[in-house]
Amino acid sequence: MHEYPITEQIIKIACKHCTENKAEKVTKIKLVLGDRSGLVEESIRMYFDVIGEGTPCEGADVEVERVKTKMRCPKCGELFYRELLSFACPKCGTDGEPTDIGKEFYIEYIEVE
Amino acid sequence: MHDIRRINLEENILDENDHIAEHINEHMSMHGVLVVNEMGAPGVGKTTSIKNIISNLKEVEPKIRPYVIEGDIESDIDTKHLTELGIDAYQINTFGACHLDAPLIDHQLDHMHMDLDLAEGQRGILFIENIGNLVCPAEFSIGEHVKMLISTVTEGSDKPYKYPLAFEKADIIILSKVDLIPYLDFDEDFYMKGVRALNKDVPVFKVSGKTGEGYKEVADWLAKKAMTLNPKEHAELHAHMHDHDHHHDHDHHHNHDH
Repeated sequence: MHEYPITEQIIKIACKHCTENKAEKVTKIKLVLGDRSGLVEESIRMYFDVIGEGTPCEGADVEVERVKTKMRCPKCGELFYRELLSFACPKCGTDGEPTDIGKEFYIEYIEVE
Repeated sequence: MHDIRRINLEENILDENDHIAEHINEHMSMHGVLVVNEMGAPGVGKTTSIKNIISNLKEVEPKIRPYVIEGDIESDIDTKHLTELGIDAYQINTFGACHLDAPLIDHQLDHMHMDLDLAEGQRGILFIENIGNLVCPAEFSIGEHVKMLISTVTEGSDKPYKYPLAFEKADIIILSKVDLIPYLDFDEDFYMKGVRALNKDVPVFKVSGKTGEGYKEVADWLAKKAMTLNPKEHAELHAHMHDHDHHHDHDHHHNHDH
């Protein structure tokens, strides 16, 4: 829902590192986004073209690695993807606990020239 | 032909927001003001809850001065109403944005001229009513000490399963409109099972804006949190942190884990 300010921030970070590294242009941005962020990749790409225009990020390739949310079973330790309207572990039925898998929300690297 | 270089960043996209949020938290702690980020869908009773908590606070702990920042996409209807009740209330309009973020709160705090000079022993609670939305506000820290989630029996008992992040991150959950339970098919066991899977120890308070039940307990919980703030310690820590930028001549350790 809030892809616009997020994309602005991505471009700001990429431009900052591009300048700091005395490069002229960002050619690629690699993002790692966990599903918990609920962000829509297509919206980020759309805003990227609009906001990036006229910046060193213009025309950069955006690669997104999505990470699916996983829960951990406190009883048997199983890491699992949950079903709709349930947190139950598929192995033993105990309700799982949240983990950090799916919370990823960072720029892994940029490529500059 | 230019060389292409790869720069590894591993930089969190919300780093800037989180740094500003930390700064707000430190600043308000120094003043002895507990910041409560109130979240919930539209119509769950966020403003009603603030009003009820504040009226109970007067009884529970008279040493607490309440403040309110109302976040709305548009209009200042809630703020006007709160001001009429004699509550120190301020308005933020986001004009479309689906959540409040730390830079916005920081900017507004600079311009609101909120009177934060509390007497010795007095504490404050700043309620920040976030935009009515169960998804986005959960992702952005705004400098709060407490994330307070308002959930209601009219929304249905499946909400922890559909919006897990908000329930997982909550420090306190208020289940409102419980006077309506007899008229609804609200499955409290299913609801609590979901809440407990996501957030083992979070306190859940059942309240009704109609009858006023349950709000005294909420006010009491928040008051206890506020009274444990130690402004002096934060002032020292704050000075110490600024000190860090220049030199380090302390022979003792402060806890920087905040």
